[in-house]
Amino acid sequence: MKTTFSKSLKFVISGIVMILAMAYIMTSGGAVAATVVAKAAQDAKPIKISGDFGSPRGKPIKAILTSPPNVPPPTRRNYPAKVIVELEVIEKDMAISEGVSYTFWTFGGTVPGSFIRVRQGDTVEFHLKNHPTSKMPHNIDLHGVTGPGGGAASSFTAPGHESQFTFKALNEGIYVYHCATAPVGMHVANGMYGLILVEPPGGLPKVDHEFYVMQGDFYTTGKYREKGLQPFDMEKAIDERPTYVLFNGAEGSLTGDKALQVKTNETVRMFVGNGGPNLVSSFHVIGEIFDNVRSEGGSLVQHNVQTTLIPAGGAAVVEFHTEVPGSYVLVDHSIFRAFNKGALAIMKVNGPENKAIYSGKELDSVYLGDRSAPNLAAVTTAAAAAASGTLTVQEQSNAGKALFNGTCSVCHQANGEGLSGVFPPLAKSDYIAADPKRAIATVLHGLTGKVTVNGKEYNSVMPPMNQLNDDEVANILTYVLGNFGNTGGRITADEVKNIRAKPTTAAAPAH
Amino acid sequence: MLTTTPTWRVAVTIGAMAVCEIACVIHADTAAAADYIAIPPGSLASVLANDAAPGATNIEAFSIRATPVTTSEYLGFVKSHREWQRGQAPAVFADASYLNTWRSSTLPADASQRQQPVTSVSWFAAQAFCETEGARLPTWLEWEYIAAADETKTDARSDPAWRARILSWYSQSSGKPPAAVGGVANVYGVRDVHGLIWEWVDDFNALLVSADSRNQGDPDKLQFCGAGAISLKDRDNYAVLMRIALLSSLNAADTTNNLGFRCARGGAAKISPATIPNGKNKP
Repeated sequence: MKTTFSKSLKFVISGIVMILAMAYIMTSGGAVAATVVAKAAQDAKPIKISGDFGSPRGKPIKAILTSPPNVPPPTRRNYPAKVIVELEVIEKDMAISEGVSYTFWTFGGTVPGSFIRVRQGDTVEFHLKNHPTSKMPHNIDLHGVTGPGGGAASSFTAPGHESQFTFKALNEGIYVYHCATAPVGMHVANGMYGLILVEPPGGLPKVDHEFYVMQGDFYTTGKYREKGLQPFDMEKAIDERPTYVLFNGAEGSLTGDKALQVKTNETVRMFVGNGGPNLVSSFHVIGEIFDNVRSEGGSLVQHNVQTTLIPAGGAAVVEFHTEVPGSYVLVDHSIFRAFNKGALAIMKVNGPENKAIYSGKELDSVYLGDRSAPNLAAVTTAAAAAASGTLTVQEQSNAGKALFNGTCSVCHQANGEGLSGVFPPLAKSDYIAADPKRAIATVLHGLTGKVTVNGKEYNSVMPPMNQLNDDEVANILTYVLGNFGNTGGRITADEVKNIRAKPTTAAAPAH
Repeated sequence: MLTTTPTWRVAVTIGAMAVCEIACVIHADTAAAADYIAIPPGSLASVLANDAAPGATNIEAFSIRATPVTTSEYLGFVKSHREWQRGQAPAVFADASYLNTWRSSTLPADASQRQQPVTSVSWFAAQAFCETEGARLPTWLEWEYIAAADETKTDARSDPAWRARILSWYSQSSGKPPAAVGGVANVYGVRDVHGLIWEWVDDFNALLVSADSRNQGDPDKLQFCGAGAISLKDRDNYAVLMRIALLSSLNAADTTNNLGFRCARGGAAKISPATIPNGKNKP
């Protein structure tokens, strides 16, 4: 009874409040009511989302996926579409280096995973399939997705199952995708990453070649290039001590026959990702300068870049024009990774030489960085004596010895005996004895082709030593003539000067 | 996905019970003389941190099959339980790839492989099999307890060799069928715990770390039946973590090529038809 009373009292009170409120609205006139309606309408108005070009149009399109280093063709669309992506997770053994195999976990059977290309504003229906032979569950986090986990929470997929989720590609750019199943680092270290390109509405400027290159670091229990099936090493991964740092998942994936092939006078665009899991890449193409770089994959275009930093879980777009033919080496310029851990790829540029841009080698000569002062004391003495006209054979020989040890002994050896079959001997040399003056031309112009010394035939190349001045050549030869069991004698600077002045053709073919 | 499934699981689990009760009554007497090993009670510092019971968890005495259930044993089961044959088992209890390597509903792939552990079986199917032996699936903690052992120690988890053995299996791709059961026995006499197959556990769906494993501090996880209170304590023990991740990815009707089971008896988790065996047996 009491309860009933209090309930009805409450009802009465609330009824009074309502009446009062209504009376207030009515007495305040239509203005208040109108304001309320207007505000409600404003709330209901859809929020404008940047990059959302509305509902998908046309028929659903099945995305073309490509294996590295290939990139799918441009979408060439001017409307937002529904794009269906079907990506399969496969765990498989593949070569990580010659004779070394590794159980990779892959998106699409390759490392990095298949390249996905969509257009900004597209609605992407994503199907993640985990192959029945897989041991592990997997999922996918696409950095191009706006939403919790980038799709990871919606795509956790047991072996032999398929997950589906849909997202709208709101931001244009180049984005990394990767597996985010525990332990995430291990899934990534086993190769579970790739790139998705969200084209701007107008597409990307046309280029002659587009390539897909992605760096990753790998951790095996065995040492670098240790043969056999190498298991993953968690300790090394935690310590960030990779066994391999690789482009496209294997040493040699982009070298030799698999090198990237382009021609001169072409434009090249590379989508360069870094899967990590740990290392940041200092991406550099030896001999090229990037004309344009979308660093970090963002919209800001940087020009004239030598080396671009690509964070783990990040990507960049680099563009350049090819001018000079030859092999260009793609490296992580943290350079030990390139030469000791495998982070090396080749781009072959084919076409005619362009000497105006790059000459090729014009001179190959020995440069002596180690001519320290004490060794050159005799040379200084000889030079002073030569200047004052009091130069003796002994002074010449002393100076010649220091110069010989710096320049000639590399091949002919300090004892002048050369290396049998490779570098002819100067010691007890019948070749020198036959014509001591001929040695001047040999030093100045070099010697190519067959020559017989002390009964043995030599057929190789001695480069010209014309960086030596007349005094130096004279001193060296005087030293050689007076030592190593040779017949003795003296060569003067004037003699050297005369021979240097003659055309080179006179000297070399004579032998 | 995960926010909705727990309710669904409870519903179908009750359904499975109904099916099972019939089967279990008929076959209660015909439990096969499988080799069960008595496991002494003890305590286990699980790799899963449990806020409700931090530190070591007490494990009651139980017994467990020495080896995973073989294809041959499972064949006997489906012959006497037609409702669990491929094509007969309802899709809500066993997905489309249930026993998919078998040539027919009563003919496994290869006669020479009858001693292999049966795989491609659902949680429901595994539970139904165990009930015919008067048994149940082990709980995760029971499984983890016996799996912590090696040949000489009851807890070998700090031994790098123990971990390396597990990892070597992870690093083998699994296109080929598993080997026959009967590997080296651990200190209890239990075989093939590591290096052969994944195994169902009774409370597989209460282990969940998260579908997105990076969210472990997220309060969102409390929505998962309170199981979110459980998360990884021993993060270095990723070898075990990966087994948990696999179990977490599954629904009770799912099957995979590498997933089999073994049964347990006794212990804290008694079989009772009233129990909803997915970790939700308390209100």
